[in-house]
Amino acid sequence: MIRFENVSVTYDGVPEPAVRDVDFEVPEGELVLLVGPSGVGKSTILGAVSGLVPHFTGGTLHGRVTVAGRDTRTHKPRELADVVGTVGQDPLSHFVTDTVEDELAYGMESLGLAPDVMRRRVEETLDLLGLADLRNRPISTLSGGQQQRVAIGSVLTPHPRVLVLDEPTSALDPAAAEEVLAVLQRLVHDLGTTVLMAEHRLERVIQYADQVALLPGPGERPWLGTPAEVMAVSPVYPPVVDLGRLADWSPLPLTVRDARRKAAALRTRLADHEPPQQHNPTPPPPTRRLFKRTKPDHATTAAPVAEVRSLAVRRDRVQALRDVDLTVTPGETLALMGRNGAGKSTLLSALVGLVTPASGSVRTGDAIPHRTRPRDLVRRVGLVPQEPRDLLYADTVAAECAAADRDAEAPPGTCRALLTELLPSVADDTHPRDLSEGQRLTLALAVVLTARPPLLLLDEPTRGLDYAAKARLVRILRGLASEGHAIVMATHDVELAAELAHRVVLLAEGEVIADGPSAEVVVASPSFAPQVAKILAPQHWLTVSQVREALR
Amino acid sequence: MGEGGRSGTRQSPAEHPTPAQPKPAHASLHPGAWWLWSLALGTAATRTTNPLLLTLLITTSAYVVATRRPNTPWSRSYGAFVKLAAAVLLIRLAFAVILGSPIPGTHVLVHLPEVPLPDWAQGIRLGGKVTAEALTFALYDALRLATLLICVGAANALANPSRLLKSLPGALYELGVAVVVALTFAPNLIADVQRLRAARRLRGRPDKGIRGLLHVGLPVLEGALERSVALAAAMDARGYGRTAEVPPAVRRTTAALTLGGLLGVCAGTYGLLTAEGGTYGVPVLLAGLASALAGLWLGGRRTLRTRYRPDAWDARAWLVTASGVAVAALLTLAASRDPGALHPGVVPLVAPTLPLWPAAAVLIGLLPAFVTPAPEPVRTTTRKEPTT
Repeated sequence: MIRFENVSVTYDGVPEPAVRDVDFEVPEGELVLLVGPSGVGKSTILGAVSGLVPHFTGGTLHGRVTVAGRDTRTHKPRELADVVGTVGQDPLSHFVTDTVEDELAYGMESLGLAPDVMRRRVEETLDLLGLADLRNRPISTLSGGQQQRVAIGSVLTPHPRVLVLDEPTSALDPAAAEEVLAVLQRLVHDLGTTVLMAEHRLERVIQYADQVALLPGPGERPWLGTPAEVMAVSPVYPPVVDLGRLADWSPLPLTVRDARRKAAALRTRLADHEPPQQHNPTPPPPTRRLFKRTKPDHATTAAPVAEVRSLAVRRDRVQALRDVDLTVTPGETLALMGRNGAGKSTLLSALVGLVTPASGSVRTGDAIPHRTRPRDLVRRVGLVPQEPRDLLYADTVAAECAAADRDAEAPPGTCRALLTELLPSVADDTHPRDLSEGQRLTLALAVVLTARPPLLLLDEPTRGLDYAAKARLVRILRGLASEGHAIVMATHDVELAAELAHRVVLLAEGEVIADGPSAEVVVASPSFAPQVAKILAPQHWLTVSQVREALR
Repeated sequence: MGEGGRSGTRQSPAEHPTPAQPKPAHASLHPGAWWLWSLALGTAATRTTNPLLLTLLITTSAYVVATRRPNTPWSRSYGAFVKLAAAVLLIRLAFAVILGSPIPGTHVLVHLPEVPLPDWAQGIRLGGKVTAEALTFALYDALRLATLLICVGAANALANPSRLLKSLPGALYELGVAVVVALTFAPNLIADVQRLRAARRLRGRPDKGIRGLLHVGLPVLEGALERSVALAAAMDARGYGRTAEVPPAVRRTTAALTLGGLLGVCAGTYGLLTAEGGTYGVPVLLAGLASALAGLWLGGRRTLRTRYRPDAWDARAWLVTASGVAVAALLTLAASRDPGALHPGVVPLVAPTLPLWPAAAVLIGLLPAFVTPAPEPVRTTTRKEPTT
């Protein structure tokens, strides 16, 4: 269906080709997953299928790409629109119209389909993707998962034979991701659609793949194989594969179910080991106090770095948070989890004073965030936003660091020293835009840490990071926590939460629905449990590294 | 996922699956009808300075907006228009106070100190006496403009402007898309500015004031540019700009008709405006228009596009338009029949009276509140994610 023949792509002004010697074929009706570390050219390969590379991006494409027999050299993207549907990383930049129904019809209108055909397909697609209740809603009012489904729906209505998706689930909470993936599987099984998809979160998608195309490194030749074959050698792999490699399971299990079948022996070996308790410097407050009015006794706890009391926040007529209580103690790492739109980001914004509480109180250290001058607040609390780039203004890394020193009134060179410690390889004259996602996140982290805030907040830190970058982030954050920084991160990444967090707070519709040690909270919920916990249940192991330690 | 999950979140579980879907927004009125109705009310507002009639016009349009506006982001723009109208009113009054007014008056309210101005600024006055007549005149005048603005706001709130653009002829479709993209661009830009100003606060810099705004300018423009490129790529990949094969003869005829038509329109207008061109002006202008329209129609054959569920212009659309046009026509008639009542005098100062039958005419404008379908009820939770 999709055939790459000796394809290499070189972008203008870059000496090395972005991808080289791509030579494989995606058969009709298969779901093929494109995996590899960041920056190996996954998006380039995806773009080449829809013709956007090189027709839209510029650069030179050697070799030949054919989709359903059409050569992308002679067919522009718009002439491939009836065979290829493309959804990029950010669904918002994909929408042309403003309501769900119009968006679903847009592609068909461009292709000039007859009105009755359009009507029928819109209705079918609304049902297929479970969007019927949302048909008249303005797109801007939808949640992330709903937007992603609308984006997929909008390319499905022209009945393309090939679907190309770039990180369809990376911005979604676990439940919404499963919803999107279930839809994809249904398309492959029921309609015979060919799907080519790139995704960093392999633990979510690997079980759906028929074949996996691996790009081992920049400029290296990709190769295609069955998921088990590829995962055996791949530099990126989900925790289930990691555990399988650790326990020498063969063939390598890819799903929790397969792994559980093989895990009986491992469970008995681990039975006499106790999973290490992720130590909390201080015991967390009880989840539910019987009487709200009773004063929690602070005698035993250290002074909290942040304290939130019955906080309520309204945003655009929506009750974003209601009656939230939260205490963060020094050295504690806390993961905020919950659906898209549950109020995680709002809670973080309230802690840095970006939103004003409607009622209740917020304190970070000795300050009330929304009444404190920004200059004073940076020394108490720092937030790395979802898009780390928002924090960066300067043209070079050096200028960014110098500005950070000035903003924080730190001695010159503080930020650069921090950055060197976290990320030794970055040169002073690099433009922040040219950094990879992981490097940019680290730079933003260094900028925020320059003021040495005791409380560090991170919003979706692992979005777009590959496993290597994620492992580096985990090391950095562990180090910070052991130095006494309190860390609060809002995340959809259950593996990250399992790896790092002492405590997990679950939010739903703006309320705290669970608050307790990660092992308890995370294991109790099927959608938030990490793979290792599912495989080794009822034992409370959370990560592969815990198991590795115990077996040593 | 699936039906089981979703039905759990439904508001009224007692009500069992209704066979018919709730009437979608498409059963709503043609957006053009709303725009014509609002613009007609605005036209009516320009015919009078009677504050009672103007207030009645504002109330009429506000009532229709309150009962008939859908629950969408763009319908919230009504509040912005009302604020803009209030600002216009205040600025006009402030000018009347500070700069004085040519209206002669005897009821002096207050004497402001007058700033002496040099000779070359003759005819301009700063300060001086403020008379009740001048203020009343300014108020009537500003209220008329404010009413016009509120009527446009009503059109915006009642009908999505981009749906209106969808009704453009095929050849102008690209133009319509450009406008729609531009319309969605502004809210995105504002959201970007807010996000980046928040980020400034995170860096420990003041997030208020002009300097803060200037500093985020470059990143905001950068982001806007990147978003437009991404949107262009997405549109291209979704088949935007596909054209049908048209025989070269047709293509050439289209070009000739359009160009010739435009030239004809120019020449005709010139003829109309100059003294000696009185004879050929009108026919050339008409011929030019006809040729340009024919060119547009032929040009439409190049686009493949079809339209999904175009809004139908039905009896209700006629009724709504007619009610607006009736208000405009009747007030125009009243203005010529009884100018005294529609333009109450300010010198000498008299209390305005409500002329009966023009007021009754304005009330015809309420008709849409009764003949158009009610908008969908507002959901209690705006975010409803199907639970799995």
